[in-house]
Amino acid sequence: MGIKTWALKKSPWVFHLNTGSCNNCDIEILDALTPRFDLERFGILLVGSPRHADALLVTGPVTMQAAPRLRHVYEQAAKPCLVIAVGSCACSCGIFDGSYHIVGPVDKIIPVNIYIPGCPPKPEAIISGVMKALNSL
Amino acid sequence: MSVTLPWDIFFIIIFPGFLFTAAVGLFSTWVDRKVSARIQWRVGPPWYQPFVDIIKLLGKENIVPTGTGMTGYLVFPIIGFIAVVLVSTILWVTNWFPEATFVGDIIVVIYLLYLPAIGIIAGGSASGNPMGSIGASREMKLMLAYELVFLVAIFTPVVASGGTLSLGGLVGYQAANGWMLGNASCIVAFIVSLVCIQAKLGLVPFDIAEAETEIIAGPYTEYSGAALAVFKLTKAMLLFVLPILLIAVFMGGAWSPWTILEYLLILVFIILVKNTNPRIRVDQAIRFFWVPCLILSVIGIILAAVGL
Ligand code: SF4
Repeated sequence: MGIKTWALKKSPWVFHLNTGSCNNCDIEILDALTPRFDLERFGILLVGSPRHADALLVTGPVTMQAAPRLRHVYEQAAKPCLVIAVGSCACSCGIFDGSYHIVGPVDKIIPVNIYIPGCPPKPEAIISGVMKALNSL
Repeated sequence: MSVTLPWDIFFIIIFPGFLFTAAVGLFSTWVDRKVSARIQWRVGPPWYQPFVDIIKLLGKENIVPTGTGMTGYLVFPIIGFIAVVLVSTILWVTNWFPEATFVGDIIVVIYLLYLPAIGIIAGGSASGNPMGSIGASREMKLMLAYELVFLVAIFTPVVASGGTLSLGGLVGYQAANGWMLGNASCIVAFIVSLVCIQAKLGLVPFDIAEAETEIIAGPYTEYSGAALAVFKLTKAMLLFVLPILLIAVFMGGAWSPWTILEYLLILVFIILVKNTNPRIRVDQAIRFFWVPCLILSVIGIILAAVGL
């Protein structure tokens, strides 16, 4: 493992992107960032710009409106950049599967590194998923 | 002491200059993050976190967005960075070898301390991002607000010591006559300059330019990889250099072991202010600096002129 990968594993900055979720998964992500769980222990910080991001947390099924934007944000992120699909919707469209305005799950648009199922997933599940994604590097 | 070329290079690159300042500055940002975490009842990051952040950013892709002036976009972060390295070198060399000082080095230091802010303004404008230009314009307004006050406050000890326009001279004067903080005028100036360095560091309540809940990351929005690392490093080094400037000017100079204690005191004060205040608007910041702070600092300099 090179020093680059080691540093990436120790200091992943995450960017949060909602592609049409019901907002519940987003609340759970914010929950995971509160002092109770304290993700800064692992060096995880929430950043506001995809240029600074090392991991994209994508929530929700990808709607027609969101698909080009999701692709755009992924292209803007500085590589190497992980993609983490949070919630059943992001993994498989969940309860929105088959709706007229849905393009598909996240992995139909951009490559996904790890899937975190749950509707919504618990903060513990999100943290464990992120750590698994990092350890897979 | 006549400083020769190899020693100059050693001073600038290794000891008081780049490596030392970067290491201590990054360590101070860890203290900042850890104390903030404890205040918020969290555990906080491990001690090597800021170093890892910089290594990671250096290893990442450096994107130059289309439509930006490539040269300017990549050069502006470096201007501020070099200025901070030079300020640190001048400060330590004049504190330890007062003979190496020259008349007016305090003016040089103040001018060099403008450059990080100018680098941020120019870099944010060059990035061609709307958030970047809003951030740059806010940084410019903030700079107009605090610079005059900072200048008046830093020059109060110069007046109080009877016109000693060199850092080495000020340190020598304090060694002979006791700390500058013994004078009423300098206490006022010290309080004002503590507020000013909070704004110079861009920390809450004056993180108006970088306000992440309003304008993403302000001037840094488009920066990634190594260029962002240089900006972060400059910020971290300023967190070390600005308190040392105050110690040199007000608290007897940075040459005794007490310096560490004085530095930690100022650092903890900055962190506590940062964690107990909300962000203010840019117009409130300008009013705050131009009315109460300017009046206080002018009172300070008048007190110094009448010899208090
Ligand atoms: S997975 Fe459940 S909670 Fe998350 S966006 Fe879909 S419906 Fe909402």
